[in-house]
Amino acid sequence: MWSSERLRNVFYQIALLLLIGTLAGYAIHNLVHNLESRAITIGFSYFGQEAGFDISEKLIDYDPTHSYGRAFGVGLLNTLLVSFLAIIAASLIGLAIGIGRLSPNWLLRKLAGGYVESVRNVPLILQLLLWYGVLTELLPPVAEAHRFASIYLSQRGCTLPWPVAHAGWWAALLGLLAALACSLFWARRARRIRDRAGHAPRVLWPSLAACLLLPLAGWAAFGAPSEFSVPLISGFDFEGGKTVSPEFIALFIGLSTYTAAFIAEIVRGGILAVGRGQTDAAEALGLSRSQRLRLVILPQALRVMIPPLTSQYLNLTKNSSLAVAIGYPDLVSISNTTLNQTGQAIEAIALMMGVYLTISLAISGLMNWYNHRVRLVER
Amino acid sequence: MNSHATARRPASERSRDWLRQNLFSSPANTLTTLLVLTLLAWLAGRFFSWAVLNAVWGQASVATCNALMGQGACWAVVADKWQQMLFGIYPQAEQWRPALAVLVFCSILVLSAMRACWRVRRLLVLWVGGSLLCAWLMAGGLGLTPVPTALWGGLPITLMLAVFGTLFAFPLGILLALGRRSSLPILRAASISYIELVRGVPLITVLFMASIMFALFLPEGVSFDKLLRAQVAIILFNAAYLAEVVRAGLQALPRGQYEAADALGLGYWQTQLLVVLPQALKITIPAQVNSFIDNFKDTSLVIIVSIFDFLYAVRQAVISDLDWRHYFVEGYLFAMAVYWLFCYTMSHYSQWLEQHLSRDQRN
Amino acid sequence: MPITKNIARSLAALTLGVTAGTALAGPTLDAINKRGTLVCGVHTGLTGFSAPDRNGKYAGIDVDYCKALAAAILGSPDKVKYVPLTAQQRFTALQSGEIDLLSRNTTWNSKRDTTMGSVFPGVWFFDGQAFVVNSKKNPKVRKLADLNKASVCVETGTTTERNLADYARANKLTFKPVVFEGQEATEKAFQSGRCDAYTTDSSGIAAMLVNLPSRADYTVLPEIISKEPLGPMLRRNDQEFFAIMRWMIFALQQAEESGVTQANVLQMKAESKDPTIQRLTGASGEVGKGLGLDADWAVRAIQAVGNYGESYDRNIKPLGLTRGMNALWNKGGLMYPMPLD
Repeated sequence: MWSSERLRNVFYQIALLLLIGTLAGYAIHNLVHNLESRAITIGFSYFGQEAGFDISEKLIDYDPTHSYGRAFGVGLLNTLLVSFLAIIAASLIGLAIGIGRLSPNWLLRKLAGGYVESVRNVPLILQLLLWYGVLTELLPPVAEAHRFASIYLSQRGCTLPWPVAHAGWWAALLGLLAALACSLFWARRARRIRDRAGHAPRVLWPSLAACLLLPLAGWAAFGAPSEFSVPLISGFDFEGGKTVSPEFIALFIGLSTYTAAFIAEIVRGGILAVGRGQTDAAEALGLSRSQRLRLVILPQALRVMIPPLTSQYLNLTKNSSLAVAIGYPDLVSISNTTLNQTGQAIEAIALMMGVYLTISLAISGLMNWYNHRVRLVER
Repeated sequence: MNSHATARRPASERSRDWLRQNLFSSPANTLTTLLVLTLLAWLAGRFFSWAVLNAVWGQASVATCNALMGQGACWAVVADKWQQMLFGIYPQAEQWRPALAVLVFCSILVLSAMRACWRVRRLLVLWVGGSLLCAWLMAGGLGLTPVPTALWGGLPITLMLAVFGTLFAFPLGILLALGRRSSLPILRAASISYIELVRGVPLITVLFMASIMFALFLPEGVSFDKLLRAQVAIILFNAAYLAEVVRAGLQALPRGQYEAADALGLGYWQTQLLVVLPQALKITIPAQVNSFIDNFKDTSLVIIVSIFDFLYAVRQAVISDLDWRHYFVEGYLFAMAVYWLFCYTMSHYSQWLEQHLSRDQRN
Repeated sequence: MPITKNIARSLAALTLGVTAGTALAGPTLDAINKRGTLVCGVHTGLTGFSAPDRNGKYAGIDVDYCKALAAAILGSPDKVKYVPLTAQQRFTALQSGEIDLLSRNTTWNSKRDTTMGSVFPGVWFFDGQAFVVNSKKNPKVRKLADLNKASVCVETGTTTERNLADYARANKLTFKPVVFEGQEATEKAFQSGRCDAYTTDSSGIAAMLVNLPSRADYTVLPEIISKEPLGPMLRRNDQEFFAIMRWMIFALQQAEESGVTQANVLQMKAESKDPTIQRLTGASGEVGKGLGLDADWAVRAIQAVGNYGESYDRNIKPLGLTRGMNALWNKGGLMYPMPLD
């Protein structure tokens, strides 16, 4: 009896495998036949060919003589950049609104609730189109740019002064990273000392000092550059400085405000999930509202929040592909151009999907690892 | 006791208490109230004067709107183009048909929200019958002038993509969820790969795949309608998300249910169909509604593969007409209002349902 | 029972969605005849070439070409199913057999003619890439060199993007391309001032300007930076359909050269003593038979859309474009129909 059921299971699985195999085989057979009968060439050799088109926003050196492969890299970096910044912004806005939804102040509570309800119930792509339309329509042309100190706001985007490349700046950046690493290390150390000795050394002030002093030291050690490239209007555009395009701004605002509405709900749910007794206990200890939030509730809420937060971060990254609707040169936009110029549709789309899949798996892997760690602390 | 005391006091006193408790309980609270009030007054005031006071309402010429110099909204663009926005390029004389189809779709949604209809057979009759009715209204035949799918557009398409996208994704999602929890390793691996693969990529790439490269995998001579390919892509995409919703329901069931079914001598399918699924599906109804809302919003992405859904029709109506092009904000706000109305109603329904069902369970 | 047949077909289309087999193993022509409709891939909306009106009827010079083919092959210009396609979708739609032919202002170049499973039977419209600027905002721009360092709006998925980069490189200029999906979005961005200039085929610029209330504010720059021979496309390895498509172009142009019009084509067939006209209208010779069609193929096509000049005047002239390169060879243009014999 038992063995016959086992046999049946094996049989079912083999049948399933055969079915999948047949379907895949059939599709590939059709593909090969279609490609052959129409003499369509296939393969990734186009990756090395000269791309021949320019990209307006790039984090790495690129011009039309570079290869399609490099253009793809430019698009990928643009996707990562906007996703990364929007994730940070969405988390902060979402946290603020989530806490606002539980505020003792009725007006603030309703305002936060209204924000969530209105943003969450409208498709993101429509919001992006509107943001972008409004930005390009309302901002003045370059010659009449709004000016705040040396920062200009115009139809070309936001133009800011930017330090001229110099070893000193890189050293300062390195210093900042080192300071952050040290602070993190010190915070963990402090916790261990507290567990052992009962009282923790100060963490906040030394960390802040390190974050200020280390970059300064790096900057000074490498010649203390003070040269900034200041934007000036010349002809069609600004000369010098750094320009953040309206496409980027619209995408950034759209992605972060949209995702923030979902994060706010997660934050709210997380806080509510922390038992009422915790709040009462904290109150009895004489902690203020902000202390209660920071020291008692949020750390516990975080554990509940991490899985849904992960999926929101993933959603945001995937949603950044809507950039194509408003002209930001992200991964999808560059792949589209490549697809058109080379006609390699299958390769371009497969690559695009592969990259998003990798990013998704990487982020969820990372968050699972973090989740695991946070949970270990609890036990 | 406390509430008794409050109820007996005069209304003015009660509202003063409420104000003190909710708006002015502490200096910080008072400050927040004042800040929020200022912000609201400023924002709402500006919006109100733009959208209502200085706006052009009803039918009006472009010149009237241009004369406003951007000080007020030009709702005339919606008044002039609402038909095109709602129904796309569907022949004008026949536009009562998509209008009726939208009504039928909405009735399907409203009826399936009522608990009296929560019987498998009633739901099936409702959804399948309603869908066929809509298909007939849109396509024509049997006494109606036939209209090819290339001319379909607007709100009916959006509703169709969302409703069919859920209807057909459902059985697939249930199978995937069962597969993922199955003890058969190959079946489990296949289900997990499918679910994770689909959930790992953006919908837009799946739509690209359907609209651009899918045809290359078919035998020569077989081709599917563009709209249908997008519909299938949405169904397959949705199935992976629904599978996760159903899985959550399966996981939430206590082991005792399975053991009891085992003790009764039920086989795998009997256990699933008679014991497990009815309960798992019931506890995930709110999540299913949320998934439907997401799907409804996501259908707007078909704009990128130039399928004439509601958003595409609105954009086309506003942007391709160069006279009205300047007033795209009003057009988009109209689209937002329509989407918002649908999603807001559904999300409130889902919240209500959640409370309702949990109360059920306790009783 | 046409009604039941219709509902059956629409239900089948809805439930199964399988539109009758396109391009069966045999050549395209068999499939078209079997199906009874010609499936034509067109632009989603480009005035003058292919754009739907308020009732969803497509019109334009690219649409006329489809109508002429349907009239010649199937006997009626209405037996066409139009499949509107974006720039990305067009090539795979053709490769996969979703459409019989692509008539979507597509530039003929070597890559598309060799490695993409498709071929061009001829040129239907000679175009070139031009630039337009808002002279109210940029009064000093008179020529392309004045646009150095300017932002330029471009539609993605076209040869335009590459031409722009090529020209900039060859002439040591820099442009900042801002790339959009779809021609409407690109135009919208240009008009709102996001870019200083907009570049596309000069016919596209004309199509935009003709609809624009404030067209006086805009200046088209004199430089044409590329050759854009636009033509229809079909799948490779289909000599029969290739010949029909190629000779349809020549027949409509020959009709113009010989003075055969929509109005007089029947009369010409009956009365003309000109051997070219006789061969064109099937009064003598075996042109139709050679193509696998009947003798009246060209007559029906001309009856449907007129000769090339008539189609041009109906669709392109309202954009304010002169014939230029698209005039016949004996009128100073490049259109040179091969002799019918």
